[in-house]
Amino acid sequence: MIPEIGHFSLILALLVALALGTFPIIGAARGNAVWMGLARPLARAQFLLIAAAFICLAYAFATMDYSVTYVATNSNSKLPLQYRIAAVWGGHEGSLLLWAMILSVWTVAVSLFSKHLPDDMRARILGVMGLISVGFLLFMLMVSNPFERLIPAALDGRDLNPLLQDPGMIFHPPMLYMGYVGFSVAFAFAIAALLGGQLDAAWARWSRPWTTMAWVFLTLGIMGGSNWAYYELGWGGWWFWDAVENASFMPWLAGTALIHSLAVTEKRGSFKAWTVLLAICAFSLSLLGTFLVRSGVLTSVHAFATDPRRGLFILVFLVAVIGGSLTLFAWRAPTVGRGGKFDVVSRESFLLANNVLLAVAAFSVLLGTLYPLFLDALGLGKISVGPPYFDTVFAPLMTPALFLMGIGPIARWKQASLPELALRLRWAFGVSVATAVVLPVLLGHWTPMIGLGLFLAFWIFATSANLVYQRLHGKEQPLIIRVKAIPRSWWGMVIAHLGIAVFTLGVTIVKGFESEIAVRMLPGDVAHLAGYDFTFDGVKDSQGPNYTASVGQLHVTKNGVERTVLSPAKRLYTVQNMPMTEAGISPALIHDLYASLGEPLDDGAWSVRIYHKPMVEWIWAGCAMMALGGLLALSDRRYRMQKRRKKERDLKPNEALA
Amino acid sequence: MKRFLLPLVIFLVVVGFLFKGLNLDPREVPSPLVNKLAPMFSLPRLDNPEQVFSPKDMLGKVWLFNVWASWCGACRDEHPVLLELSKTGIVPIYGMDYKDTRQDAQQWLDQGGNPYIATAMDIDGRVGINYGVYGVPETYVIDKTGVIAYKQIGPVTDEVLRNKILPLVKRLQAQ
Amino acid sequence: MKSHLMYHLIALCLFVHSGSTWAEEARPLATNAVVEVQVQRLSEELRCLVCQNQTLADSHAELAQDLKQEIREMAAKGMTDQAIIDYLVARYGDFVRYRPPLKSTTVLLWLGPFALLLAGGFGLFLTLRRREKVALEPPLNADEARKVSELLEIDKES
Repeated sequence: MIPEIGHFSLILALLVALALGTFPIIGAARGNAVWMGLARPLARAQFLLIAAAFICLAYAFATMDYSVTYVATNSNSKLPLQYRIAAVWGGHEGSLLLWAMILSVWTVAVSLFSKHLPDDMRARILGVMGLISVGFLLFMLMVSNPFERLIPAALDGRDLNPLLQDPGMIFHPPMLYMGYVGFSVAFAFAIAALLGGQLDAAWARWSRPWTTMAWVFLTLGIMGGSNWAYYELGWGGWWFWDAVENASFMPWLAGTALIHSLAVTEKRGSFKAWTVLLAICAFSLSLLGTFLVRSGVLTSVHAFATDPRRGLFILVFLVAVIGGSLTLFAWRAPTVGRGGKFDVVSRESFLLANNVLLAVAAFSVLLGTLYPLFLDALGLGKISVGPPYFDTVFAPLMTPALFLMGIGPIARWKQASLPELALRLRWAFGVSVATAVVLPVLLGHWTPMIGLGLFLAFWIFATSANLVYQRLHGKEQPLIIRVKAIPRSWWGMVIAHLGIAVFTLGVTIVKGFESEIAVRMLPGDVAHLAGYDFTFDGVKDSQGPNYTASVGQLHVTKNGVERTVLSPAKRLYTVQNMPMTEAGISPALIHDLYASLGEPLDDGAWSVRIYHKPMVEWIWAGCAMMALGGLLALSDRRYRMQKRRKKERDLKPNEALA
Repeated sequence: MKRFLLPLVIFLVVVGFLFKGLNLDPREVPSPLVNKLAPMFSLPRLDNPEQVFSPKDMLGKVWLFNVWASWCGACRDEHPVLLELSKTGIVPIYGMDYKDTRQDAQQWLDQGGNPYIATAMDIDGRVGINYGVYGVPETYVIDKTGVIAYKQIGPVTDEVLRNKILPLVKRLQAQ
Repeated sequence: MKSHLMYHLIALCLFVHSGSTWAEEARPLATNAVVEVQVQRLSEELRCLVCQNQTLADSHAELAQDLKQEIREMAAKGMTDQAIIDYLVARYGDFVRYRPPLKSTTVLLWLGPFALLLAGGFGLFLTLRRREKVALEPPLNADEARKVSELLEIDKES
């Protein structure tokens, strides 16, 4: 019964979405206030209906209803409850429902927090989001129904893929989808602006918080995925340039360009065409990612079970949404207006260069991801494009962007002077070059890549320190007052940029200085790595709710002092008979000690791999800082919005008197 | 104004490729050995371990070289097709048992029928690597001079047989 | 007296040894460390053909283990990286390489990003130069001016 209610909810939601996608937009074009006013209630109704469907599916999973095909293929009676719920988005159909639900959440959020928007703009924004929703609901109802029944019902489920039975599964997909889908708001704002012909600083100011919020979620989602892969897969890798990872990284790059471009459009009224195009691109790349994961066009460890029929549907949807929006762009962008004048050397030009660099980076990732498909489609053979290619190409591309990050915030708007900038930055430059040369030598190993990475990281550290010092110094008021006087969005920028530096430092150090050993260990054996001694205690058998495990123990000592204990394990998940490794990790800011249990060998020994990963946690600390910076910037706006709303409320009694 | 059309144009080009991609298989690995001499090997036979089989023995004849294993599910699917073909006698079929044991292989052929004139045993899979085998079953059509004319990746179906393999075999036999 | 002491000392040593309190050094998994470095380096460059997009280094698949063993034997024979890669490419095609070789068909792939960077930089420079000469937007009319001041009132906190 409940699955049928869920199915019915989706059908109703489709009808509501169709209404949401048509009436408000036509109403905005015609100035029909009633039709425009339908947007908000329809948005709320859509949310309630899709949320209801989601709850029905979650209920089916919680109650182990194996008469629903999707539940039978992704769950099992021994699966713990939290993973049964996470399994809702563990497969193709359910993840689409998650997509649709998150889209309805963003839609209803926009309907709730848009009182300050002109009615026609709000109507168009909600209308566009409604149209996107139509696409996803139609897709589900036509070829990917999560509520399809299995008759006769299975006795037990096929179980969720053991790789996904992890807290990471509870966090990573929802965060990621909040990000991907969140860019639909920026997209809708852009389309609304093109439709209404209203593209000005106010528009930029309204769309900024939504875009930043989506960007924060996407940053956290990618960070979560990377960290999850690191501890889950057993060899300490954290980024593989897999097609689906690239599919999340490209919107991130476009989104980063977008938030910078929006800042310029808001403050200076420039870059309008760029900003609109970036907003369209960021969301288009999200949709492209959806296509790549589900169509079977590319191989990926993350791909869902593929079906060319579904791929065709999404492709048609892509052509409609992206093709339509780019056509609208080509038609309307020329009328959008030029914006202010600025010099060849100015903050605007540095930010424009940033736009170009990030766009080139995103395009390069796209090129590498799709290139094997291009050649195959043209009959020119089959190649593979993997980490060696991306690592080689990406670092040089990002170098100029990271370098400009130090200069942009210091440059003046409209007109800056290169000699003056060089003078201000000479100390930072010197410190960065010195560190890049000296530090690796002290650590025992210098390569050009290590030098470059350290230079860029310390360049950003030094220029940020310079920037903060310049802004803060002055003896008139206590430090705390001075700090609070500076808007949070500025602090957000500083922290986010520092996050990039922290990230770059982590990547450089771990890639340059990590080490590993692969040994055979009998109980009592000792291995040595990076000054630490690892004593093997042997392996104990243990049991989990749906797996059996062999858990090893390694005592880690340094100079005879016990530091920690690592417990790498090998699990066998009984339902799918699938083996899994659980690494034993001792994380710390200075380094991670990482152990992974291999196979039992003939003589009673075990093969063990031990890794020393210096500063690897800085990678995710940097991402967290970027997200924190974004949140700080967001809190700046909302504060002002609340204050203004209070002012408006206070004004009203006076107006009544007048 | 023209430059505002550029994103749309680029997008449509990409869509064209994505559309074409829907009909392609990104995991299929075409063999670079086609139109090259079949790699030489000398492996013990399944029926008589004292005897060896080598592609040298087949010079002057057109023949099918089918790589299979008793643990392979898809091999079960193509087995009836190969049996039918072996009964027609159009082209001799030789098999290579890949990464398997003699017992399992013999049992499998006893149960399912034996379409092969002889089966070579590639127990450690090295000859398979030389032939670019990555997933059984795989079938090679080899001509009279010992050159690989065609490689079928995946099971041989009636359709593949009718449309690709048999016409090719007939053409090669006429040479 | 002395021989008695010696006897005790020897017995003590034997006793300590037999109690296996003597820590054993773990032996490396690989028989040849130098060869293994080359195997690891190559494994990170080559694709596992039966996996869904993984390197030979990351894969547990049987074919991946077999291929790594082949590479190990070739490395032990002293073959160079390029020779080993050529060996595998001869059997499996360019597909097995994660670093695409530079050929006429991959020129666009390898040079594309940098060409685009240069084109982008050049286009940027031209646009910036052109902007210096472009006139500002036309001044606001009375209606627009009123709208602006209204908005500015509301946005006073910015």
